[in-house]
Amino acid sequence: MSENPLHLAVALDGAGWHPAAWRDPNATPEALFTPGYWTALVQAAERGLLDFATIEDALGLQSDDHISNTDRRTDQVRGRLDAELIAAFTAPLTSRVGLIPTITTTHTEPFHIASALATLDHNSLGRAGWRVQTSVRADEAAHFGRRALPEIRRDTLGTPETDAAVADLFEEAGDSVEVVRRLWDSWEDGTEIRDAETNRFLDRDKLHHIDFSGRFFSVRGPGIVPRPPQGQPLVVALAHARAAYELAARSADVVFTTPRNAAEVPGIVAEVRAAEQAVGRTGAPLRILADVVVSVDEDAAEARDRLRRLDELDEPLRSDAAVVAGSVVELADLLQEWRAASPELDGFRLRPAVLPTDLDAIADGLVPELQRRGAFRSAYDTDSLRERFGLPRPASRYAGENTAEVAR
Amino acid sequence: MSADRKQVILGAYFPGVNHDTVWSDPASGSHIDFSSFEHWARTAERGKLDLLFLAEGLRLRTRGEAIFDQDVVGRPDTFTVLASLAAITEHIGLAGTINSTFNEPYELARKFASLDLLSGGRAAWNVVTSFDAPTGENFRRGGFLDRSQRYERAGETLEAARRLWDSWGSDAVVADQEIGRFLRDERVGDFAVQGNQFDIAGRFSTPRSPQGHPVVLQAGESPAGRDFAAKHSDAIFSRYQQFDEARAFYTDVKARVAKAGRNPDEVKILPSAAVILGDTEAEARDRHADIRSRQVDPFTAIVLAETAWNRDLSDVDPDGPVPDLEPTPDAPKWIKGRAPLTQDAHATAEAWRQLGRSEGLSLRQVVTKVFDRNVFVGTPEFVAEEIDRYVQQEAVDGFILGSHVTPSGLDEVVDRVVPLLQDRGAFRTEYTGTTLRDNLGLEPAEKFGEPGTRRSDSAAS
Repeated sequence: MSENPLHLAVALDGAGWHPAAWRDPNATPEALFTPGYWTALVQAAERGLLDFATIEDALGLQSDDHISNTDRRTDQVRGRLDAELIAAFTAPLTSRVGLIPTITTTHTEPFHIASALATLDHNSLGRAGWRVQTSVRADEAAHFGRRALPEIRRDTLGTPETDAAVADLFEEAGDSVEVVRRLWDSWEDGTEIRDAETNRFLDRDKLHHIDFSGRFFSVRGPGIVPRPPQGQPLVVALAHARAAYELAARSADVVFTTPRNAAEVPGIVAEVRAAEQAVGRTGAPLRILADVVVSVDEDAAEARDRLRRLDELDEPLRSDAAVVAGSVVELADLLQEWRAASPELDGFRLRPAVLPTDLDAIADGLVPELQRRGAFRSAYDTDSLRERFGLPRPASRYAGENTAEVAR
Repeated sequence: MSADRKQVILGAYFPGVNHDTVWSDPASGSHIDFSSFEHWARTAERGKLDLLFLAEGLRLRTRGEAIFDQDVVGRPDTFTVLASLAAITEHIGLAGTINSTFNEPYELARKFASLDLLSGGRAAWNVVTSFDAPTGENFRRGGFLDRSQRYERAGETLEAARRLWDSWGSDAVVADQEIGRFLRDERVGDFAVQGNQFDIAGRFSTPRSPQGHPVVLQAGESPAGRDFAAKHSDAIFSRYQQFDEARAFYTDVKARVAKAGRNPDEVKILPSAAVILGDTEAEARDRHADIRSRQVDPFTAIVLAETAWNRDLSDVDPDGPVPDLEPTPDAPKWIKGRAPLTQDAHATAEAWRQLGRSEGLSLRQVVTKVFDRNVFVGTPEFVAEEIDRYVQQEAVDGFILGSHVTPSGLDEVVDRVVPLLQDRGAFRTEYTGTTLRDNLGLEPAEKFGEPGTRRSDSAAS
C-alpha cells in the first residue's frame, strides 16, 4: 500500500442525496425512521472497510436549499432522527467503522456536545467524530427563540449584512470547537486512580477548569465525562470557500471539499494550505477529502439510468459537489485520477444518490475494484478513527499543569 | 397464586455519584465503560425488569473550592448511553434524567422522540430542574433562574415538549412512491408555544414516536411538587421506603392524581431501594453492617454532615457527638453540585443532635442511620415477601433498585429475588407489551390524540 493510503468515507442522509431517492424501487422510505434502516447502512459501510460514516442532521426540517428555511414540501423526504443518537445506537452493533454525527454549533451547547461525543467515543472504543456545522437558518433559530438570525438566502449572500452574520456564526463555531476540545482535555488520562489507601477516587490535580471566555459564551469546566479513548474524537467540517477553509484550518482534523473535476483539485488543495498558513495552524495538516455524489453500479448504463429516472421523477439533482454516475470501474478510475491530480488529496467522502443501493455498490463493487488495483486496504488495520488518519492521540493540553484550586 | 395479584414494577438505577456506592469494593468495575452498562442492562432484561434509569451529570462536585475527589464523580452522557443500550436490549424501558434548566425544548423533544423511535417505544424522561448557579457556569445561558422561575421553566419545557411530540400525526409518514407523496399535508409538525420562558414556533423535525409521548417521570416532594407530578407525570420517584411513610405518600399522591381528574392507576409511585441479601438473616445483617461501614467511612460522615451544615466540618471528630456548631445555610455553598439535603438546616442539626443523645450515637453513627433508609436486608425469601407486601398493601407500585457495586450488584437480585416474586405471581415471567407504556400498564399512545383533534391544538397558552 502506498505511503498515503486512500481514505474512503460515506455520507448518510435520509434515503440518499437525490431528492427523489426515496422513490427508487429499491429504496425503503417507510423505514427511514427505524433503527434497522440505519444499522444496515452503517454495517454496510463497515463491510466495505470504509473509514467512517457521517450522518447528516439539522435542527429544522430539510429544505431544497440547505441555507433556506424549510420549504414545507411533503413530496420529498422531510424529518430526521437525531444523528448523534443514531451513531450511539449503531456503536455496539459495529466494531471498526468511524461514527460521525453532525451537530450544530449554533444552537447546541458545547458542554452537551463534549459530553455526548466523549461518551460516543467510549461506547465505540475510539471511533467517534464530530461533523461541525453552523445553522444560518432563521426558522431553526425560531425553534429555539434565543436569538434572531437575519433571513439569509443564496441571493443575499455576499451582502455586508449576511457576510457579517455568517462571520459571527463561524466565529461562534470556532469557539464552540475550542470549548469542546478543552473539555475533552479537562480530564487528563489516568484521572481515575481509585486509591483506597488515601480514599481518593480521582486525582484532582489531573482535572482542570477550562475557563473559556469568548464573545458568545463562557464555559468553566471541567467536563463531566472522563477523557475519551481517542483523547479527542475526530473533528470534521465541510468547506467550499476561504472563510470556511479557515474555520476548518483552525478547528478541524479533516476537511470535506467540493472540486467539480480533477482539474480543480490542485487549486482547492492549495487554498486549504493557504488557509492553514493564514490562521497559523500548527500540528498535523488538515486531511483533505473530496465529496462526490455517486450513482454507481456494476453496470454503467444502469447507474446512469437510475439517476436519469430520478431526475425525471422530481427535478434534476443539483449539488454543491460533483455528481458522478457510472460503473464501479469508471468510478474507481475517476477517484484515482483525482488523487493523481494532487498527492495531498487524502481521499473521498462519497454521497450515495440512493440508499441503500449506492452504498451497497460502493461496499461490494467499488471497494473490491479498488482492492484489485492495490489502491485500498483489504482489512481494517487500525482501531481508532484518529489512527486511521495517521493522527496522533493528542495529549491533554493541561497535562502536568498543577491547578491548585483557588476561590475566584 | 391469584391471577389478579397486583404486579410489582421493578426498575434499576446505575450506581454512582454518592454514598450508596462502594468504589473500593474489589467487585466494583468501571462506571464509564460501555461494557459495564451492557452487563447491567442485560442483567435487568434477563430479570424482566420494567426499566433502566440513568442519572445525569452536568458538573463535578466541589467541596470548598476544590473538586471533590473521594467519590465517583464522572458520568457519561445520558442520551448517548441510552441509545447504545437500545441497540443491545429489546424490551426494557430506558429512562434518563434530563435537566429542564440547561436544555431547550426543541432539542430535548427531538432527542427523546429519536430515542423512542430507535428503541421501539421504550424511552422515558425523568424531568428535573436545576437551581445550581455553578452548573450554569458550564452553559451559555449562565447561572440564573431563581426558584420560582425554575419550576415555571420546568413546566413550560414539559408542555412545549408535549406540543412538539403532538405536532406530528401518527399517520404523517405516507412514503407513497407511486404518487410521490412522502408526508401527509397538515399532519407535519407545525407548532407554536408562547409562555413566560419560551416563544418558539416552526415545524418539529422528528416524526411521532411509538409511545406518542415518552413516559414522563418526576420526583415530587413538596406539596407543589406533588401536585405538579400528579398532573403531568406517569410515574413518581419517591424517597419514602419505610412502610408507613411510603403508604402515606402513596395515599396522598394518588388522591392528588384523582383530584387532577386522572385515574390514580395512571401514576406509578416508585421509591428507590437497595437490596442486601444473605443466606440467613444474620448473614445479611453482617453484610449490611460491613457495607454501611465502608459507605459511611469517617470522612464521608463529615462530608454528609457538611451537606446539612453548609460549612467546613473538617475539625469535627466523626466518632464524637453531633457537633453543637450552628449550620450556616445562608453562607455561600460549601458543597456544590449536590442536591440540598434539607430545607431547614437548623432543624435538621437539632434532630441529629437529639438522635445522637437519645441513642448514644456518634456523629458517624447518626449519619449512617439517617442515610440508611432505603434498604431491604435479609434472605431472598424475606425480601421478595417485603416487596410484594409493599405493593399489595398499596404503599408503592414498585421499586427502583440500586446496589453498592457497579455493574454486577444487580445480579443477585435478578437471580435470587425476582424468581421468588414470579413464583408469587407478583411479577412477569415474560415481557408482554411492546412499549414501556404497555409494560407499566399505562394508557397507550392513542390517548394523546392526533393533530387537529386535541384540546391543546386550540388552546393558546
